[in-house]
Amino acid sequence: MLGLVGRKLIYLLPVLLAVTALTFLIASLLPGDLAMAMLGDQATPENVAALHQKLGLDLPLWRQYLHWLGQVLGGDLGTSHRTGETVIHAIAERLPVSLELLVIAQLGGLLIGVPLAMVCAVRPDSAIDRVISGVAFGMLSVPPFLLAIVLIFIFALHLGILPATAYVPLTQDVLGNLRSMALPGATLALLEWPIILRVLRSDLISTLQEDYIAMARAKGLKARRILFVHALKPSSLTLVTVVGLNIGRLIGGAVVTETIFALPGVGRLLVESIYTRDFIVLQGGVLFVAVAFVAINFLVDLLYAALDPRIRHGRA
Amino acid sequence: MAALDATGALDPAGAVARRRRRPGIVFWLATAWIALVLLLAVTAPLLPLADPATMSLLARRAAPSAAHLLGTDALGRDLLARLIFGARSSLAVGLLAPLVATLIGGTLGLVAGYFRGWIETITIGASDVLLAFPPLVLALAVTAYLGQSVPNLILVLAMLTVPAVTRIARAGTLGVRERDFVTAARALGASHTRILVRELLPNIALPLTAYFLVLVAVIITAEGILSFLGLGVPPPLPSWGSMIAEGRDSLDLAPQIAFIPAAAMFLTVLAFNLVGDRLRSITDPRRPGS
Repeated sequence: MLGLVGRKLIYLLPVLLAVTALTFLIASLLPGDLAMAMLGDQATPENVAALHQKLGLDLPLWRQYLHWLGQVLGGDLGTSHRTGETVIHAIAERLPVSLELLVIAQLGGLLIGVPLAMVCAVRPDSAIDRVISGVAFGMLSVPPFLLAIVLIFIFALHLGILPATAYVPLTQDVLGNLRSMALPGATLALLEWPIILRVLRSDLISTLQEDYIAMARAKGLKARRILFVHALKPSSLTLVTVVGLNIGRLIGGAVVTETIFALPGVGRLLVESIYTRDFIVLQGGVLFVAVAFVAINFLVDLLYAALDPRIRHGRA
Repeated sequence: MAALDATGALDPAGAVARRRRRPGIVFWLATAWIALVLLLAVTAPLLPLADPATMSLLARRAAPSAAHLLGTDALGRDLLARLIFGARSSLAVGLLAPLVATLIGGTLGLVAGYFRGWIETITIGASDVLLAFPPLVLALAVTAYLGQSVPNLILVLAMLTVPAVTRIARAGTLGVRERDFVTAARALGASHTRILVRELLPNIALPLTAYFLVLVAVIITAEGILSFLGLGVPPPLPSWGSMIAEGRDSLDLAPQIAFIPAAAMFLTVLAFNLVGDRLRSITDPRRPGS
């Protein structure tokens, strides 16, 4: 197990280095001058030159990168030229909102997806399986913003039972916070369950054909016990993989839902930094999200190895 | 929960496969919808439509009428014209980006899987780095720096999808490169190019085509998200995503302004997913049901 962690870590370092380099390069190599873009209407030659010097843009590219990387490693992602807030602080302030949203989405997706997958797998190709699988397939084609608008239309405008854009901090009012998280959380959960269902369903169907299930059945074990204990347990591995694979999709979905529902999360910070051409915040935010994404995938890999003895002992 | 009787569980995958191998009515409906949208998008300038950008402050949020078959939006622009011209934007990006990605990724995967060695290492390493970014976040950032335009959108979205195509093409190539017909071609003195194009390419063409169709659905969604956020197709060009964003402000007064383009987008994405999924289940005998 330790050897595996080591091997994965050795692979992780070059990927992280490349991620920082790419984040840096996107911002530097693309057409247009960063200083000009940042200054906008106030871009006089003197202002541009001053900002160039301040940002180190007059240095060769590789020195700019090393300088920037050194700052990043020291925990300095720069300072917003618009608000004067450090990027790290801006992210730290908004991270809990995004994390809460992702947890709600993931739990909601599992809560809908797992039971439905079991219903489908018990009688594959039955009428109920076809209906559920069909709905899941249809849901996979719904873009996140579209779903958000439908939910706003039904629950906020028509029924008037849930707020669409009134975020309440968790520390201020727990119930109010959950109410303001309900629609964005539901949006992401509804996008998440079809994937869980599809993967878990086909997994369960093939598990239920294994000899040991037939054996359990022959011994006279109850159907419910076979399904929950004997069949679902090996599929927990698959669930870990699916959850890991979906993080990227969820982060993208969170960017959209946070923007639509006006949640002060990291996703909305990124989108607003684009609107206001606050490129330092954008660069820091992209780097943060990418590194977090790599780290989550790394942890999922480890969890996967810890759950599966074949991988743990290097025999898979 | 029902009992686990064996009758239902007997070879369900086989049953599903048999049902799926015959393209049903749904498949043809989806194909017909794609054909209709494509036809309308291509012939849009020739159709007797109102100008999609002409505003009319006297006819804001008008209900459907003879003059405006689907009504007008919050600025009094004809919804039908915007819907069809919006299809042009969505499909231009949605078809061209996957096409570019399939050409580049297909070539890279084929070459990496056939020659292996350092070419493969570099290709896979570069793919891994691109895959290390959450795709939408990278798309947002790069378009923000590059500037909004339809060619830039195609470029960015293609770049983001190349790694996935590369992996599929490489996996397919690895699966056949040691087979007898490749060895035979090599023994007959065939050049690398000939083996790649005549022996290996036909074997990965079908899975790549199936994946291309799924990618179209993915990219139309991505373009929709970017345009919805105001970071995709630049105005005044209509796009389904930006139309839905504009309609959102009139959701209480005239919900059809958002829901008409939403329905068009959903049906188109669904149609591409359906056709791609059927094609994949036909070409992939190992996983018939999934």
